[in-house]
Amino acid sequence: MAVVELFGTWFSPYAYRVIWALKLKGISYEYIEEDIRNKSPLLLQYNPIHKKVPVLVHDGKPICKSTVILQYIDEIWPQNPLLPADPYDRAVALFWIKFADDKVYLMSKLYQADGEEQRAAVKEWLEMLEVMEEHALIGGKKFFGGDEINMVDIAFSFVAHWLGVLEDVVGLEIFEPHKFPRVSSWIQNFKSIPLIKENLPDADKMSAFSKHGREMMLASKSN
Amino acid sequence: MAEEVVLLDFWPSPFGMRSRIALAEKGIKYEHKEEDLRNKSALLLQMNPVHKKIPVLIHNGKPVCESLIQVQYIDEVWHDKAPLLPSDPYQKATARFWADYVDKKIYEVGGRVWKTKGEKQATAKKELIETLKLLEKELGDKPYFGGESLGYVDVAFIPFYSWFYALEKCGNFSIEAECPKLIAWAKRCMQKESVAKSLPDQQKVYDFILEMKKHFGIE
Repeated sequence: MAVVELFGTWFSPYAYRVIWALKLKGISYEYIEEDIRNKSPLLLQYNPIHKKVPVLVHDGKPICKSTVILQYIDEIWPQNPLLPADPYDRAVALFWIKFADDKVYLMSKLYQADGEEQRAAVKEWLEMLEVMEEHALIGGKKFFGGDEINMVDIAFSFVAHWLGVLEDVVGLEIFEPHKFPRVSSWIQNFKSIPLIKENLPDADKMSAFSKHGREMMLASKSN
Repeated sequence: MAEEVVLLDFWPSPFGMRSRIALAEKGIKYEHKEEDLRNKSALLLQMNPVHKKIPVLIHNGKPVCESLIQVQYIDEVWHDKAPLLPSDPYQKATARFWADYVDKKIYEVGGRVWKTKGEKQATAKKELIETLKLLEKELGDKPYFGGESLGYVDVAFIPFYSWFYALEKCGNFSIEAECPKLIAWAKRCMQKESVAKSLPDQQKVYDFILEMKKHFGIE
């Protein structure tokens, strides 16, 4: 029987995308925790170009980049499909997945910023949330995938859980629920799903870990 | 019902070129609409409200945005001719990985080659060559990234070849000297009508870059 291995880190939103996809499909896998400050030789061998997690290894063959991994998983294990069957609907879903993916950098942008840079980062976050509110979540659906979550919901998950941690770390409220009612509903719905709720990195642990890292980084910045 | 296909485009855009190639490979008749990016049409703003960018593929009135998504869509809808993505899921994943690599690196690094000078330009040139060498290594001895025939990665990457002459002039270096196998691949692609028809003349692209440099005050 083919072996499935997943290389990830405990706080990575990208790794969690793959974890949820595998669990949604009922696929058993072996999880390998990577220390990003001390990457294993195996990780560097499987992902020599980017040297990052997640990496899925299926039957000894590595697949890198979370969005590529998700599409691979969806094609190899067709149960509980994560993308629409219709080519046009699929193209729309892939558009939103790319949009979400291209915005995850806002996490580290805000994390590393202070002063004027921070104001600019917050502005970008608000613009992103507005697009989600005005363009992505129209139609009164419970999830991007309709009545069930799909790859688009998974791609936007950093907004549902990791943004809250980031707000705590930088001491700012960026997401005001009353300003983004559709996004707010979606977040609540997403986090209520048992599979998601039971598979999220601990927010307090992430917050403490990130606060410490941020203090050190900002201190070295001003030196 | 007759198929109605429209492509909102801008002639020097490598992203627009991808969709042009894919449509040509499949032999699809379409209406090509040239956009003036300083004065975007109401249609463009309506069809791509999120990014307001080209290319936009409009199929029977419905827009598909993002060039690689368009190529994949074209490949799925017109699947009986000239397949671009492999059928094997692992090979498909490999193709998507490399198309994403091209997407994330070439445009940004190439941009720095013509937009900067001095130390910054030297760094950009070095990065560009490293990136191209990595792609050359991935190509190996295959005639195309797709194997025996033009594939997804070839379509994603070949448009940037039309910018090479401009980058070489701006950066005063030779890409062929550093990556001969890659240039051989590019010339092989250009032998195909679908590619030759879809890429603009390299001198024309260089003139366009010079205009852009003047416009942005880059010497």
